[in-house]
Amino acid sequence: MSAPVESTTPPALERPTLSLRGVNKSFGAVQVLHDVHLDVYPGKVTALVGDNGAGKSTLIKSIAGIHPIDSGTVEFEGKPVQLNGPRDAARLGIEVVYQDLALADNLDVVQNMFLGRERKQGIVLDEASMEEAARDTLAKLSVRTLKSVRQLVSSLSGGQRQTVAIAKAVLWESKLVILDEPTAALGVAQTRQVLDLVRRLADTGHAVVFITHNMVDVFEVADRVAALYLGRVAADVPISDVDRTQIIELITSGRSGELGLAPDALED
Amino acid sequence: MSSNTLTAAEASGPHKPAAGFEGDRQDNTVGGAVRGYLNKLRAGDLGALPAILGIIVLGIFFTVLRPDTFLTPLNLSNLLVQATPIIVLAMGLVFVLLLGEIDLSAGVISGVCSAVLAQLLVQVGVSWPIAVLAAIATGAVIGVFTGTLVGIIGIPSFVVTLALFLGFQGVTLRIIGQGGTVPVREPVIRALANENVPVTLGWVLAAVVAVAYAAFELWRWRSLKSRGLAHQPLALVVARVVLIAAVVFGVTAILSVDRALAAAIDLAGIPYAVPLVVVLLLVATFVLARTAFGRHVYAVGGNAEAARRAGINVTRIRVAAFMISSSLAAISGILATSRLSSVTPDAGAGNTLLYAVGAAVIGGTSLFGGRGKARDAVLGGLVIAIINNGLGLLGVAAYLNFIITGGVLLLAASVDALARRRAATARR
Repeated sequence: MSAPVESTTPPALERPTLSLRGVNKSFGAVQVLHDVHLDVYPGKVTALVGDNGAGKSTLIKSIAGIHPIDSGTVEFEGKPVQLNGPRDAARLGIEVVYQDLALADNLDVVQNMFLGRERKQGIVLDEASMEEAARDTLAKLSVRTLKSVRQLVSSLSGGQRQTVAIAKAVLWESKLVILDEPTAALGVAQTRQVLDLVRRLADTGHAVVFITHNMVDVFEVADRVAALYLGRVAADVPISDVDRTQIIELITSGRSGELGLAPDALED
Repeated sequence: MSSNTLTAAEASGPHKPAAGFEGDRQDNTVGGAVRGYLNKLRAGDLGALPAILGIIVLGIFFTVLRPDTFLTPLNLSNLLVQATPIIVLAMGLVFVLLLGEIDLSAGVISGVCSAVLAQLLVQVGVSWPIAVLAAIATGAVIGVFTGTLVGIIGIPSFVVTLALFLGFQGVTLRIIGQGGTVPVREPVIRALANENVPVTLGWVLAAVVAVAYAAFELWRWRSLKSRGLAHQPLALVVARVVLIAAVVFGVTAILSVDRALAAAIDLAGIPYAVPLVVVLLLVATFVLARTAFGRHVYAVGGNAEAARRAGINVTRIRVAAFMISSSLAAISGILATSRLSSVTPDAGAGNTLLYAVGAAVIGGTSLFGGRGKARDAVLGGLVIAIINNGLGLLGVAAYLNFIITGGVLLLAASVDALARRRAATARR
């Protein structure tokens, strides 16, 4: 599907899909991101954790091109890139699924997945090809919870909506999918569905960034965890290197034993 | 994209429905389709049901009360001609209502455009195509103006069009001249509502419409089925095709009877305004259902923020919808001019707009945006015309006519609001 060079080399840990180095971002006098280093790998789920106000939203909006960074470098698949607008991000294959999902209730699943990027034959919408592509994408993600791809979104449950929003992001040959608290406000069974889907996203070769407050979710699906503390990355490590208590310490104080920010970094 | 884990789903082939979409297969049976429809009704989406019931119930009601006048070919042809300006105005409003906006000035815009038409024909003496184009262009320009105020400046459409409702009455008054009525005797314009398609040609047109519709529906059903996509059961498609053909041929048969009151005159055939409405219905349905523009209109009405994030130019959609609405208002004005053979200074004022909004809402278009079809205008317009025509035959006092029509609009709006609430609770 993608370039032949990539298909010969299996998704490896060596080259991150996205790599941030020394990223800073301020809004006026308030510096929100300090010297952020972050690597996101293909086929891996990176959980991005941090307390409210730690800079998670700003960070993903910078990656999405909504808040262009002030300084630092961003590399995408090894090449330095400028992210000055949402279109730049979309062109590279970065898709963000925001918390409010942005689905039109009065349209069906297929129509929502292709919204704004409809396939056409002349001026006529090519419904058949869009429906086939939507089915293929949902099938690849092993989505079994939808009764019909021609169901109106208004008739879907919260988990199903999340599924549609994620499938929409995947439809566009995306390489990096960022999910903003996809399991917030979901019930137990629906959280299960969404977590399974997040796992399959990574298993199909996507790099996934998964923002959450829920430690159970983190240990359920994440391969790596990145903790933000007051705009700094306190740790960016494999999940096997940390336990629940350590992650909570990193979130609340920026340090946990050997891990975390040096005490002097926390001074200013 | 690596695909080593896509086992079961991939192996089943790219174009076969994936496991898990049970509904898509269930819907292929008539039982499944009926269940689906009942579910839709229960969830508050009544669609065309109220309008169709309304047409049937009101038809029976007036036939019983006025057995020798209501259901005669002469009255039915009158009724259709009366309905055409309402239907066309309502069809334009559907575009605006789909966005969740309102155009209270649509009626008086039809008045301004018919005044432009009349004065160009009578005072300037241009030929009818130029006058018609000028009237429609006037509507389009007004629509862009309204759309700009709503979409770019950001004034609520309710306020903008309320102001224009007043302002444009002044414009019509100025164009026509105080107290005057401009008679329009131009033969082509007059013919729209007052002349009929020759009977043979009428039958040919009816057959073409019925056959083309049947061919299109069956072709679509076959191509969807062969590609393994969601499709309705064949029985349902055939039933719909038969129903449409029955209506088309039935109306043609009734209108092909000589309905002249005097034996010496021959008055038979479909009024020209009717095929014009059919063409507008087909075009509007195509635009809304089969083009990206139409899809974006629904998206903006359903969730403007989602549409914006999907890269849709929401402002452009808003301006375009108002432009379409006002252009159709111009055509509605031309039809009204034809029916009355004149333009009065108060053309398009009074209850014109109320009738059109009522028609769209009774037909099933939501006042809250996002739900509606072009055909709603036709079905709802017929309901309004039947009420108007029937009350006229009954000789009901004018005051009662206003009260009843207003009541029907309120009833339709209540159904709409309740349906919306129902849909909101059904989701949980």
